[in-house]
Amino acid sequence: MNVIGWMNDQLLRMQWLSDLVTAGVSAVGLDPASRIGGSVQFFVYDVIKIFILLSVLIFVISYLQSYFPPERTRRLLGGRSGIGANVLGALLGTITPFCSCSSIPLFIGFTAAGLPLGVTFSFLISSPLVDMASVILLASIFSWPVALAYVGLGLLVAVIGGTVIGRLGLEGQVAEFVRTVPVSNAFDHLTRRERLAYARDQVTEIASRVWPYVLAGVGIGAAIHNWIPESAITALLGQDKWWAVPVATLVGIPIYADIFGTLPIAEALVAKGVGLGTVLAFMMAVTALSLPSLVMLHRVVKLPLLATFTGVVTLGILGIGFTFNLLAGWFI
Amino acid sequence: MIIKILGSGCRKCVTLGENAKAAAAAAGIAAEIVKVTDIAEIAAHGVMSTPGLVVDGKLLSTGKVLSAEEIGRLL
Repeated sequence: MNVIGWMNDQLLRMQWLSDLVTAGVSAVGLDPASRIGGSVQFFVYDVIKIFILLSVLIFVISYLQSYFPPERTRRLLGGRSGIGANVLGALLGTITPFCSCSSIPLFIGFTAAGLPLGVTFSFLISSPLVDMASVILLASIFSWPVALAYVGLGLLVAVIGGTVIGRLGLEGQVAEFVRTVPVSNAFDHLTRRERLAYARDQVTEIASRVWPYVLAGVGIGAAIHNWIPESAITALLGQDKWWAVPVATLVGIPIYADIFGTLPIAEALVAKGVGLGTVLAFMMAVTALSLPSLVMLHRVVKLPLLATFTGVVTLGILGIGFTFNLLAGWFI
Repeated sequence: MIIKILGSGCRKCVTLGENAKAAAAAAGIAAEIVKVTDIAEIAAHGVMSTPGLVVDGKLLSTGKVLSAEEIGRLL
């Protein structure tokens, strides 16, 4: 028996949970094959699965992240330049603890310490786009090759985006006060007990913050899954439509949500025959760019730099979407 | 005593503010809680992860929602 396959199905996809919920839905007199029964099954199964994965993943990841506070990241990046610094910035973006409400102080802290603008942007792009939780969740819903390709391409967008922004010489586009901020690279050394407490607090904090997005995401996913005819979805976002990726990206940009809320929608869209690249472009647009975060960023960078950032990231996401759709045969 | 809560108004900052208030009350200290939401002023304290806790001009913690007991010990 294939052990890895079994672990994937039972631990990540939680086939046992799906079977259990199907049995439960039948037990209360609903037919899981019917529309209503199917919607209820999808909703209950997905909500429970996402909350289990979310709790376990956030706990493990937060524990690891407690070793990389922003002060340490800044010290690791200090004095570096060139493409290597962009790569390191993008990689550190995947592990540094970071919530969207902290992105501005982080930007200020990095810039004040004299980090090149391009390196800071590599970090800022990869941070919401590629985090460790998204890798495991993508593996759970799709497959490991899809998850790894998503990470690789996400990092590529961050490295290229940061490099382009660095080359454009937009340093003058940062608000003046940023340069005068004091820099201290001190950070607390935590004991194991403190790291465990930090990880536990992160689980409660993130779960209490994202649950409305998860419920909304799963609700929309269940609606797509069972109520919207496949023909309507493929007419708009089908594999043969050249505009599918741009439409998915443009719809995703202003929306603010995180990966946990977007995944059920992605899952339902793929089941309806939407191309993988289209769905990944949608997810990336939702997580990497949002109206609230752009408004916040505008307080520290001037419009030309903000527009460049948005433009570069949008182009990167479009590129990934088209590439994935072309290569989809390799992954499914 | 002036206790400043640095943060752009997310839920964590609100909780930290409430905990600080409770801690000061428990310690019998007359404290004024000031919420600092201006990004330039937050940055001026050298804070990279919000929420930050500043007591009488001294930065005591960043990026953590301390409980009332923990704040009590710091006070």
